[in-house]
Amino acid sequence: MENLLNDLLTSPGLLFVGVRGVILIGIVMTIAGYAVLLERKASAWIQGRLGPNRTTLPFVSWIPLIGPFLRLGGFIQPAADGGKFLFKEEPMPSHVRKIYYVLAPIVALAPALATIAMLPFALLPDGTALALCKGADVGVLLMFAVSSLGVYGIALAGWSSNNKFSFLGAVRGSAQLISYELAMGLAVLPVFLIASAPGSDHGLNLTAIVASQEGLWNIVRQPLAGLVFLVCIFAETNRHPFDMPESETDLVGGFHTEYGAFKFGLFFVAEYGHMIIGSSLFILMFLGGWHILPGIPEVGTGIIATLIGLGTFFTKLVLFLFFFVWVRWTIPRFRYDQVMRLGWNVLLPLAVANLVLTFIYYAFAG
Amino acid sequence: MAVKVLERRPLSFWERTYLPQVLGGLRVTWRNILRPSVTLQYPEQRPTIPKGYRGVPTLVRDPNGREKCVSCQLCEFICPPKAIRITPGEIPATAETAHVEKAPKEFEINMLRCIYCGLCQEVCPEEAIWLQNQYSMTGTTRAEMVNNKARLYELGGTLPDSHFKWDHKKAESERQAGGHH
Ligand code: SF4
Ligand code: SF4
Repeated sequence: MENLLNDLLTSPGLLFVGVRGVILIGIVMTIAGYAVLLERKASAWIQGRLGPNRTTLPFVSWIPLIGPFLRLGGFIQPAADGGKFLFKEEPMPSHVRKIYYVLAPIVALAPALATIAMLPFALLPDGTALALCKGADVGVLLMFAVSSLGVYGIALAGWSSNNKFSFLGAVRGSAQLISYELAMGLAVLPVFLIASAPGSDHGLNLTAIVASQEGLWNIVRQPLAGLVFLVCIFAETNRHPFDMPESETDLVGGFHTEYGAFKFGLFFVAEYGHMIIGSSLFILMFLGGWHILPGIPEVGTGIIATLIGLGTFFTKLVLFLFFFVWVRWTIPRFRYDQVMRLGWNVLLPLAVANLVLTFIYYAFAG
Repeated sequence: MAVKVLERRPLSFWERTYLPQVLGGLRVTWRNILRPSVTLQYPEQRPTIPKGYRGVPTLVRDPNGREKCVSCQLCEFICPPKAIRITPGEIPATAETAHVEKAPKEFEINMLRCIYCGLCQEVCPEEAIWLQNQYSMTGTTRAEMVNNKARLYELGGTLPDSHFKWDHKKAESERQAGGHH
């Protein structure tokens, strides 16, 4: 059993890689589906509505208590939504560049999936991280690099759609990514600085960064970095108030104007995938990862501790996704020039200043 | 007139960071989450219809069960989308209400055309056509969406009457006829 689990997680054999891939896609699709449900429910509550509460399956509605609960909570809605996307007709507009048009959703989703594969969710009893793709030691650097590739999907979609709105959306998406990637990278440097300060045995990977927050979470040690990083992940995931590439009011639907059915669904999942990545990174780097509270890294021993850590991480993830949704239905979208100004004139200098101050602090006080 | 210039208060540092505003907004939406929803769960819960609501146009009878429409066709003429089609008919001389002389043989309102404007109700000299409370008209064919006379009376039912115009007319003519004896 232990061996099989280990094989499943680390073996390079083609079968195991395939199984891991299927598990990964299953997990991501499920979480994305339920993130959509969360989005619909939370937006409904904020606007005084009820949200999806009708969808159910015959055999589910027969169960007393749980059946109505599942129906009212809309828990079967994601399956219905996914099914609808699958069975819809796939129209192919006549004026698009066909190959790239089909390729774009894949290019958008693949980096998100690849990044999620590298995310550590909890600590295994042997001290290594529980992730679908173990041993990516450069950890966070690789993650930043790969997850940013997602914007190629947006750019490709905008260009191949042969439509000015899509194209504008794509251009905005890439400009936004470049502007915020810098501030984002600089904002997390102090976190690495703390994690791999001389004398500490922590490295560059995320497990080590979580371990370095055992006593105090980084959000307390580095509030400014946390804030900059938070704003940046909102911008990177193209979520409100930074959803420039979509921007329904001025760009119709932005880069996915010409997409429908499952191709649109893939973009959708990619967006939620990026949300999951952003939230997870924030949790891992600033909110103590799978640690329950500052100072209480784990409860129990062995596999129990792992499970509790996993539960803690997912609770934090759900809360953070809720935060994403909550912000989306609160703040109106920025104007494009405001977004650019915020990125270059505010966040970048702030991140640099924060980094320099941290340098100075550790050089003299640390 | 003296113009009073109000100086706009400069934004404080915190206000310029935009963060307090974001937090304030989040507080507002959070309070909304805690508030009960205002959704009306439609097929199970029905809205209360306000007085004077203009629902589906119907034909009504007076409290004595007499059909009020005299097929004058004014409603047919005024109906902006031409939704009404009337085939006028005569009331047989043997009937109790023979003095009314006319009644529609067939009366059709095409609900695919009707725009619920209420002009038919307004123009009717007999107060025979009323837009009542029914707000939901559905059908699976075009023919189903045309209300015929029977259906119109079924939807309309009986409404109270304050004039009993034709009963008065009958009584008056009988009185006059009696006076000549
Ligand atoms: S409500 Fe207006 S549109 Fe409808 S039947 Fe009467 S006059 Fe015609
Ligand atoms: S409903 Fe009124 S207006 Fe229309 S034909 Fe009958 S009496 Fe005339």
